[in-house]
Amino acid sequence: MMAQYGPSLAGGVLIGLACSAYLLFDGRIAGISGIMGRVLAGRQIWPGAALLAGLMVGPGVWRLLTGLWPAVHVQASWPVLVVSGFVVGFGTRMGSGCTSGHGVMGLARLSPRSLVAVGCFLGTGVLVATVFHLAGWR
Amino acid sequence: MAVLRSVAAFACGLVFSLGLILGGMLDPARVLAFLDVAGVWNPALMFVLGGAVCVAFAGVRLARHLKRPMLDEAFALPTATRIDAPLVLGSCLFGLGWGMAGFCPGPAVASVGAGVWQGCVFTAAMLAGMLVFERVKPAG
Repeated sequence: MMAQYGPSLAGGVLIGLACSAYLLFDGRIAGISGIMGRVLAGRQIWPGAALLAGLMVGPGVWRLLTGLWPAVHVQASWPVLVVSGFVVGFGTRMGSGCTSGHGVMGLARLSPRSLVAVGCFLGTGVLVATVFHLAGWR
Repeated sequence: MAVLRSVAAFACGLVFSLGLILGGMLDPARVLAFLDVAGVWNPALMFVLGGAVCVAFAGVRLARHLKRPMLDEAFALPTATRIDAPLVLGSCLFGLGWGMAGFCPGPAVASVGAGVWQGCVFTAAMLAGMLVFERVKPAG
């Protein structure tokens, strides 16, 4: 089981370390959608924009370290990508967070709001992914 | 200090990104294999999220011992406590989009850095959705 899920757990530990360090050094929540929303609105650009830059260079650093680009398999067609991207952008701003802000930091802070948010997006995500599969839309 | 804050943020973003890649979360096919319970279910994402939450929990406890963060004057943490309609509706909309394509914001941004065109299309649409929300959201 460790051979199968060890890398997933190790990846999660790295994400948790990154979120902890951002809290301890910068005093902020590493929530990607919130950071993007504030940068877009010009309300608070730094240090969030630097975190987003680090997020973007990750695959290139991975390529330098391992010699391989990370695997990214996308089944969705471009119209599905446009619609899903739009609702993810709108929804995460309306709901004040995504997988990182609510899912990682919110749960770690034992926030009741984040627990509700995670229940909503995980529940809807499971429902929609399963329906799309069964209906043959993917 | 402001420069140091951004240097630290860049490092955090990079480690976060490597964690997403190592955990397989950058791959929408793996994300959908977790969300789609009618297929060959892949529980790997539970380990990613579980590991991240446990380590972040320790980080949160540690931060409570600090009067202020190491590189700033004060902590800037969310203050809302009310479970309201925007929280529920917004999170359900997010889940709808997440379940359709398997991308959430962090992996989408990282996939732009990997040069994946679908990630670029998704991220552009996501930015549009965020901008539209800025325009229509109630004041306050």
